[in-house]
Amino acid sequence: MAEAMTALGGAATEGAIRVAEAPPTGMIALRADLSTRAVGKAVKEATGIALPRALRIETAKDRSVAWMAPDEVLVFCPWEKAAGLAADLSEGLGDTPHLVADMSSARALIDLSGPGWREVLAKGTPVDLAPGAFGPGDFRRTRLGQVAVAIWASGPERAHLICFRSVAGFVFDWLSMAAARDSLPGLWR
Amino acid sequence: MSTRLATGGTRIDRSQRLGFTWDGQPLQGFAGDTLASALLANNQVLVGRSFKYHRPRGVVAAGPEEPNALVGLGTGGSFEPNARATTTALADGMLVASQNAWPGLAHDVGVVNGWLSRFLRAGFYYKTFLWPRAFWKRLYEPAIRRAAGLGRAPDRADADRYEYLYLHADVLVAGGGIAGLAAAREAAQAGLRVLLIEQEACWGGRAATDGVTVDGKPAADWVAGTVAELQAMETVTLRLRTTVTGVHDHGFVTALEAADAGPRQRLWRIRARHIVAATGAIERPLPFAQNDRPGVMLAGAVRDYAVHYAVSPGDRTVVVTNNDDAYRTAIALREAGLTVPAILDARLRVEGALPERARAMGIPIKPGHAVAGSVGRGRVEGVAVCVQAGEGAVLETIPCEAVAMSGGWSPTVHLWSQAGGKLRWDAAQLLFRPDPARPPIGADGAAIVTAAGAANGVLPAGDCLEDGVAAGRAAAKALGAKPQTGKAATAAAPEEAPIEAVWCMPQGAPPALRDKIWLDFQNDVTMSDVALAAREGYESVEHAKRYTTLGMATDQGKLSNIGGLAVLAEARGATIPEIGTTTFRPPFTPVTLGAIGGEARGALFKPTRKTAMDGWHDANGAVWEPVADWRRPFCYRKPGETVDQAVAREVRNTRRNLGILDASTLGKILVTGPDAGRFVDTLYTNRMSTLKPGRCRYGLMCNENGFLFDDGVVARIDDHSFLCHTTSGGSDHVHAWMEEWLQTEWWDWQVYTANLTEQFAQIAVVGPQARAVLEALGGIDLSADALPFMGWTEGTLAGIPARVFRISFSGELSFEIAVPAAHGQALWDRLMAAGAAHAIAPYGTEALHIMRAEKGFIMIGDETDGTVTPQDLGLDWAVSKKKDDFLGKRAQARADLTRPDRWRLVGLQTLDPRTRLPDGAHAVDGTVLPTGIRRTIGRVTSTYMSPTLDRSIALGLVERGPERIGEVIRFADGRGHIEARIVDPVFYDPQGERQNG
Repeated sequence: MAEAMTALGGAATEGAIRVAEAPPTGMIALRADLSTRAVGKAVKEATGIALPRALRIETAKDRSVAWMAPDEVLVFCPWEKAAGLAADLSEGLGDTPHLVADMSSARALIDLSGPGWREVLAKGTPVDLAPGAFGPGDFRRTRLGQVAVAIWASGPERAHLICFRSVAGFVFDWLSMAAARDSLPGLWR
Repeated sequence: MSTRLATGGTRIDRSQRLGFTWDGQPLQGFAGDTLASALLANNQVLVGRSFKYHRPRGVVAAGPEEPNALVGLGTGGSFEPNARATTTALADGMLVASQNAWPGLAHDVGVVNGWLSRFLRAGFYYKTFLWPRAFWKRLYEPAIRRAAGLGRAPDRADADRYEYLYLHADVLVAGGGIAGLAAAREAAQAGLRVLLIEQEACWGGRAATDGVTVDGKPAADWVAGTVAELQAMETVTLRLRTTVTGVHDHGFVTALEAADAGPRQRLWRIRARHIVAATGAIERPLPFAQNDRPGVMLAGAVRDYAVHYAVSPGDRTVVVTNNDDAYRTAIALREAGLTVPAILDARLRVEGALPERARAMGIPIKPGHAVAGSVGRGRVEGVAVCVQAGEGAVLETIPCEAVAMSGGWSPTVHLWSQAGGKLRWDAAQLLFRPDPARPPIGADGAAIVTAAGAANGVLPAGDCLEDGVAAGRAAAKALGAKPQTGKAATAAAPEEAPIEAVWCMPQGAPPALRDKIWLDFQNDVTMSDVALAAREGYESVEHAKRYTTLGMATDQGKLSNIGGLAVLAEARGATIPEIGTTTFRPPFTPVTLGAIGGEARGALFKPTRKTAMDGWHDANGAVWEPVADWRRPFCYRKPGETVDQAVAREVRNTRRNLGILDASTLGKILVTGPDAGRFVDTLYTNRMSTLKPGRCRYGLMCNENGFLFDDGVVARIDDHSFLCHTTSGGSDHVHAWMEEWLQTEWWDWQVYTANLTEQFAQIAVVGPQARAVLEALGGIDLSADALPFMGWTEGTLAGIPARVFRISFSGELSFEIAVPAAHGQALWDRLMAAGAAHAIAPYGTEALHIMRAEKGFIMIGDETDGTVTPQDLGLDWAVSKKKDDFLGKRAQARADLTRPDRWRLVGLQTLDPRTRLPDGAHAVDGTVLPTGIRRTIGRVTSTYMSPTLDRSIALGLVERGPERIGEVIRFADGRGHIEARIVDPVFYDPQGERQNG
């Protein structure tokens, strides 16, 4: 098969923080009644991860499960495993009403590294990003500037963002501007 | 003259000289200066001209209330008009220009307005220029606009950068004076997240200047200690040079930061659970004749300039007051070694601690005295003295260079009032103060703002600090935190005797004096103007404000408000609280458009959505067209080709050989679940649930009013799943539409949806050679038997997982191939390579549109405009008669939607095949309506030159159109007409044979 091309071809820029597009990553949308045991069980069996609580992302090995909505999660996995994992999830859910869709191409994944990531994102997202309010494992669907994104942190100096593929260029340009050297407001140090 | 004192200046750093130019003249100031203090230090007392009469104006204040000192800063792309000199930090190399004066500040020809002032009274433009009517637009308005006005608009794009900053806080404290600091400390000690914002460049407000002590030590020590304590707390954010500009509903607060590095300004968008408004108070001018003369300043401002910036307003300053606070100015000036020839105190009894100190220093105090008028050519050269109780008979004239006036202080209640807090009149202190019984309330009905200190009407320094402590504790308690309960720091300042009301100076001033008593310096509104408005019936404060323009300038009446109310009250024989105040609206101080726009400019102005093949299109001659938020190739131009030639080539090549189109922007929504069939049957006008897996059907979506809003092909994926294609612009809307019905009406249906638009790159391969090129790629059997028209299949095409839909929007043999977007470019490249043998060429949206119009296929947004039904478009075949219900069914039975004379879709052929009907042209039947306009009987919805038919074609909606095939009708075209024949909308291949290849 042809090699997968991400939206930005792995673009990266260094400013007050480093902004870099991640390599191709598998992303599977699952919509179902998350309150039922069958759904939690199917997700756990397919991914090894229990369903995350609201506004959280849980990670184990090379997989993550992010809470997207009261009836939706997004499963992250290695690119080449997405199709198989989607099939596993669907099979595991059986007759339980659900929607599973491989969305690996639909979004761009951008990694932010450096202690200033909170301040870069705070220039465009109304999420409360103060250290005590948003930390590793917290996950928010929100907006950045004018476009929809989801953000989460995986460490004190590392955060991640997904946006739709068609606006990846805009988001990258936006982040490059917001991460210009000497432009951070100096809120959290 | 005003000048720099040899010593002193708490805010300036004399080791750092900063050069700047004022109207081209090179001047110097110090680091720490504001632009206003630097101008005054250089004897630049005249800083502007008034809006209407072009009267000379000088600096009056030292803060954001300044009405006069508005200047132009910078040049070219960095030019900023109307910058307030009193709040602008001086910077090295600053270019500063005066405004509203021509040819120069000192000799302004516009001053002729002054002679005309008796004709330019309140409301003059409603009265004077009424006749002749036509003169208003051509003559009067342009002339008045040229004469009036402030700074000129920049003529270049802004060279600076701006951005937003989102922040959340438990308690936002606006104002870093002693009350604000105390409130912030209490809230922070209760464990809350606190954001403390101060508009000035240093903490402490007036306390340090005004000789306040805290716990027996100078206030400055307590301020420094408290700031250090707050800075050490992780939960506290402090920010100077940032102004809280608005308190909006639900604790949404905006603030504007003058950033040190990076962007020029930062607009903070804050969510606060509670707000403490510790915004201090603003001093009021005194209403005496010629109080607008340069050199007349607020007493507090004179003190600020002397103490903070070591600026002498002149050797001799006369102080005029109705309260004790102004004595601090006299004392400060004397301590700086300057002369105060007299303190004119309108009160008869002057016995407070501060007056006693002034008296002890040997400053002459004249109780019961007032200013009859300032005198001087241009700037102040003296004051004429009279008694306050009289009518202005001049007793003596005291020579002086400056007048320091104080009419008392008004709490800065803006933030309290903006969000709905009410005020009460404090008759003892003569001020409006927040009414704690009627605060601004949040979503839970509880107070969301607490006023503190001077902003709360607590003016004496000792009580002010205590009030700040109480406000901080109240805020903490309101949020469920446990504030400290012990004794807090206590401040002390000399006792002050009560203020006395002076709403006119002298109280019996005759009209000749009242004509020259300025209330609003920037908008040139005098006491007589307001009285005139009241006499003419503008009794409501809101009406009087608009009639006279009092308080409508860029300072929003920060100085003029109470003075104007007092005049209205007198004219109506009412009290000030009976008159009430005007409405306080955000922003507190002007916010630049650059800050409001934030980062959204240039490349970031608006997101452009791009497909996976966007880069290829760009490199291969794409002429771009915006389609919703996407950009799509309109056509691909080859060297030497015009756009029209490129489009015609693309159409011909697709019909004769092979075309390829990037159709990725089409919406693709997966609908799945046990009730999916029922759901799509309700969304679409036709029946979709009978579709077999592997088959496709064209469908229409209508809103509840029966009007068509989207269309597309639905593919049945399996028993439970449908893939719904939407228009390029409609995918988000249709998805939201589906979710709305599922979440609000049919929440018990087992259906899930997902918008897969971005997951797939979709490529249309179109033309007689379409199957040949796909067979060359190999991997899926696409023969007519294996994949008949309106079928779909999936497999691996050229090694890429793909779904192939055999659908046609051009009438040709056509396949649309969907692959994961990550492989979109790869598939495109392989198609281009394999298609070379078949003369493959990409085509853009215009060729797409022409080919669909040749086939009479409708386009949402061309043939529809929100008022068109499927039946209007001859699509009755796609509207089920058997289904019990679908969205729009009932509406489509309404009389207006079934009347026989509706405009309906037809084809239009101009009698001259070289003439193309203008898009949107209206058909007229030659009759004229009673309104005098021509009756229209239709309009053009799509119009093209058809390369296939080598003539013009058009689609249109015409009254009873399909009943009139063959008839010739006329379309208005400017003054003339174009004749066109009504024909069947399918211009090409009416039998539909070409799509079978």
